This record gives sequence, structure tokens and C-alpha cells, in this order.
Amino acid sequence: MSRNGLRRPATGTTDVVVIGAGHSGLAMSAHLSAHGIDHVVLERGEIANAWRHERWDSLRLLTPNWQTRLPDYCYEGDDPDGFMSAAEVAQFITRYAGFIGATVRTGTPVRSVAQHGEDFRVCTEQYGWRCRSVVMANGAHGIANVPSLAASLPASVRSLSAKDYRNPERLDAGGVLVVGASATGLQLADEIAASGREVTLAVGEHIRMPRTYRGRDIQWWLTQAGILDQRFDQVEDLVRARRVPSPQLVGASRTLDLNALTARGVRIAGRLVGLDGNTAKFSGALRNECAMADLKLARMLDNFDALAAGSSMGERERFAPTRVEDSPPLTLDLVKQRVATVIWATGFRPDYSWLQMPVFDHKGRLRHHGGFVAPGLYALGLNFMRRRKSSFIHGAEDDVRDLGSHLVGWLRQSPSTRAAARMEMRAGI
Amino acid sequence: MKMTTPVDNGVNVEALLGARQALTDAPEAAQFKWRATCSWVRGTHSRSSVEKFFGLGTEQSHKTEFKYDADHPAIFASEDMGATPVEYVLVGLASCLTAGIAAVAQNRNIQLRSVKATLEAGMDLQGILGIDSDVRNGFSGIKVVFDIDADATREEINALVAQSQRRSAVFDIVTNPTNVTVEVR
Repeated sequence: MSRNGLRRPATGTTDVVVIGAGHSGLAMSAHLSAHGIDHVVLERGEIANAWRHERWDSLRLLTPNWQTRLPDYCYEGDDPDGFMSAAEVAQFITRYAGFIGATVRTGTPVRSVAQHGEDFRVCTEQYGWRCRSVVMANGAHGIANVPSLAASLPASVRSLSAKDYRNPERLDAGGVLVVGASATGLQLADEIAASGREVTLAVGEHIRMPRTYRGRDIQWWLTQAGILDQRFDQVEDLVRARRVPSPQLVGASRTLDLNALTARGVRIAGRLVGLDGNTAKFSGALRNECAMADLKLARMLDNFDALAAGSSMGERERFAPTRVEDSPPLTLDLVKQRVATVIWATGFRPDYSWLQMPVFDHKGRLRHHGGFVAPGLYALGLNFMRRRKSSFIHGAEDDVRDLGSHLVGWLRQSPSTRAAARMEMRAGI
Repeated sequence: MKMTTPVDNGVNVEALLGARQALTDAPEAAQFKWRATCSWVRGTHSRSSVEKFFGLGTEQSHKTEFKYDADHPAIFASEDMGATPVEYVLVGLASCLTAGIAAVAQNRNIQLRSVKATLEAGMDLQGILGIDSDVRNGFSGIKVVFDIDADATREEINALVAQSQRRSAVFDIVTNPTNVTVEVR
């Protein structure tokens, strides 16, 4: 890296700035190193920072160890069917950083990224880089979604996002309303109910999945059926596919679904739709949301059965329909029912607050075509970015190969070819 | 209507999908306003009409003005000149779900032969009569039963009905709260 030390001593140039030293950023760093491309990896905290500091205590990966791999690097322990804890994931990623010999500037949060002529300018607190390409590998979970009505909760109720929650012991005494029925919401409702608290779970659209089917892990089936490899340009409704909530799974050898929660005493209500004074209001559409999830599950299992036809793989199974009480609650008086905490398990979105480029849609979401954001600007690790598995650790390999090859080619082009490519990309690749 | 596919439920899916794409690209054209007027006739009898609405950025009109009489039945000492207002809610829900079933079926290439919805809504009159303040005025619940004859499996029909609820405006209106502003001019 050359340093241009006259007027702005704290600046440098490089070919590529990679933002984020999680699994995606490191895998891209390995790809760039393998092609001899000068780059820096900027990390706001430590390597695998989110896994170290932004996960609840009991969290484990939803993917089994055999599936948890990065380019040329896989799990080598003695429990291939187990699920890594957050600390183990952090260790896995940190070892990978050592394995690929990555140079990471830790403790270096990015303050701004802007176009600078043909190049980009990336500024951190202490330093500025001029570079020809930027890879945003800062993760899909930077910001926990918290609906605006959280601000109107009664004063006696504490509002907690899934990023702030750690364990049931840290919660104030009293009941808990968990909002959201994806993997996060179900796991939190489960362990909080197990700690002896009254839990209500607000359930909207959700994806029901058993942990195992016909003797194999569900991830094995999803892989075999080609579902995880489905490409972004092959699905009918990509906007919707990217919005699909994470399946109801827990990183353990058991199925965690709404029936399991009901059996634990968790009260299931419809989607949280409003707050009227102290009273939370739920949608009356719960029955249909559950019916829909049951139907989708049955269709998925039909596909798996077709795959299993003629083999000796276990027995065909069907799961009991989701139990919904005759009149699910439409309201919950948070004060009278002594609800002390509302936990928002309402999803996450990436944090691009530092990106000063016109690359967002009318809802503030990053516009990208399979990770191509703008000429020279790439994203990684987003939901269904290039493939359904894009947001998983094992999804990084194919995406990094695709985008990394493109990036290497981009840097090697002559300025005039790059200008033409820029036009083409604007026209939609 | 001439369809290119052999399945014909009388729904122009291409037009609907085209509209979806057009409104994705121009969200302001998606802003619609639905309107109704209602005049008191006598007693509990009123007559409502719908004709004009706003959408695609301009004033629109039905082919003709539609009129609806509403009243209460004789057991409420009324003259029973029309359906009760709450029955109109059932009519709205049923027709919305049914239209959705036809559209989704067309999109999924399912030929419908007959679709019949039967609705029942419970109501405890102690609510509107002010006898018990713990009882709400409105329905305690709504039950919709569909009888559907179509070239499809039971699961496909169940999925049609589920999807029509997911996409239904009236289903959303009755299952979720809506801010209502009533003023006097």
C-alpha cells in the first residue's frame, strides 16, 4: 500500500477495502490474496465481532457442524451433527482468519464510504483510503428492527431487541411478550417460558420446519433438494423470497415449533398490530398464518418424500397441525397482566448508515443485483443475495467466488473498458 | 374474456400481474380512495350508494351507481327494508375472499367449477344494548366455510383459501385495527 503523505497524512491508497471481518469479509480477503490483490479489511471491533458481543447466551447455529464451512476450511471436530455456540463460531472464524493469513485492522469502524471520481473514498475515525473497489461484508444483522409502536409502551414495560437480550435471568420479574415467530422469537419464548415466566408470543407469517426428517437433519434435505442453492435470478418473486422469515429452528437435536411452545405453556397470539394505551392488540388472522405454515411444510415434505422414493431413508412422517385455541387472544393488557418486558424478535437489517451513495430504494433498502451494488461496489452475506444460502456461513463460498472473480476482472480492465462496463452495469448487468 | 391458458375462471391474470408490476414502478398510482355515501330514510332504514372512487392518479367511476338498503329485522321493531349493516360486513368479507380464490386459482392454473362460502358471525347483543360493558359491540368471531369444486387436490384447495386470506383487503380490515375518523360537517 502506498501512502500519500503530504496534505492528508492519514490517508492511503489500496485496490480494495473490505468492510467487516466476519466470515464473508475474510473469505473475500482470502480470494483477493490468492489473486495478489492489494486490500485492507476494516473491522469495527474484533474478528467475528457480532458473534462475540451481539448474540444471546444460548444461541447456536441453525446449521449443523458438517455444513459449517468456508473456502478450503471446514469443521474438523468430533461432533459433525452438533451445532456451534456463538463463542465457538467466533473461534471458528478467528481460526479461519489465521488460516488464510488475513491482515485485519480491528477497532476501526467505517465512518463514510463515498464515490470519489472513478474511485471510492473510505473514511474511518483515524484514516482515509482511496480505493478502486469496496466490498461491504458488514453483515445482514447490523440493526435489530423495532417497530415504532415500541416508543408508546407503558412506562412499566421494558422494551428489548433480540440484540440486547442475553438470558431469562437478566429480565425484570414479570411476564414477557415476545413479538415475532421466526427462529429468534421461538427460541427466546422457549427459554423464557422454561425459566418459569408467563410468555405470550405474537405470531405472524412464519416458516415451520422439523429439525430432522426421515432420520436426517432438515438442512441435509434442503441441500439435497437444491433449495439452498436456488439462485436469486431463478425465483419468481425475489422481493418476497428475500423477506421470508428464518425458519423455526433451534441449534439442537429437537424440533421447536408452536406446538412445542404451547405444550410449554406459551400463549400464542396473532401478529402484534397496535397498542391502545396499555393494551397490545393482535391480529385475528392467526389461524390462517398457522394453516399456511402447515400447508407449506406439507408441500416441502412431499418434495423430500419424492427425493427419498425408492431409498431406505426412514419413514414418511407428517406432523400434527399447529394447535390454535378456539379464540386466540386479540388483546393483552400489559399493565394488568404484569408484562414486564416486550422482546422484539422482528428481524434485522444491515447497517449502511455510512454509505453516501444513491444506492437505496424508496424504503431505504440497498438496491443490488446479486450483490452488485454499483460499479466497483459489492455487498456480501445478505438474505438470498445470490442464493438462498447467501446469509449462511456456508453460503459465502459460492458468492465470494462469483463476486470475487468479477471484482478481479474489474480491477484488471483498462479504464476505458471499465467505463463501458460501468454503463452496462447501470443498464442492469 | 379470452385466455391463453386452458384454465378459465374469468380472471385476467396477465392484467393483474401487469398492474402489479406497473404499481411497483409507480407507487403513487397505487394510492386508491374508496367512497360511499349513505342517507337516512326513516327509522333504522338507510340507503347507501357507491359510484366514484380514486385510483391510478385520477378520478374513476363504476359503470353505474350501486345502491344498498340497510335496516334492522322485524324482531328489532324495524321494517326490515334491507340487510343489517353487520351482514354487509359478512358480504364484504365473503365476496373479497371469493374473488381472491378465483384470482389465485387462475394464477395457479386451477379450474374452478363452483365456489360457495357460508358465513356465520356470533354477536352478543348485551354489548350494543349496553347491558354488559365487558361485551364488545361487534362480532365475537366470524366463521367462513367454503365448499369448492375444482380440478385440484384437497391440499391445493386449502392453499388457495389460505392465500386468498393473506391477500384479502376485507380479511385484513376485520382482523386488524383501523383508525376511523368521524366528523360532522
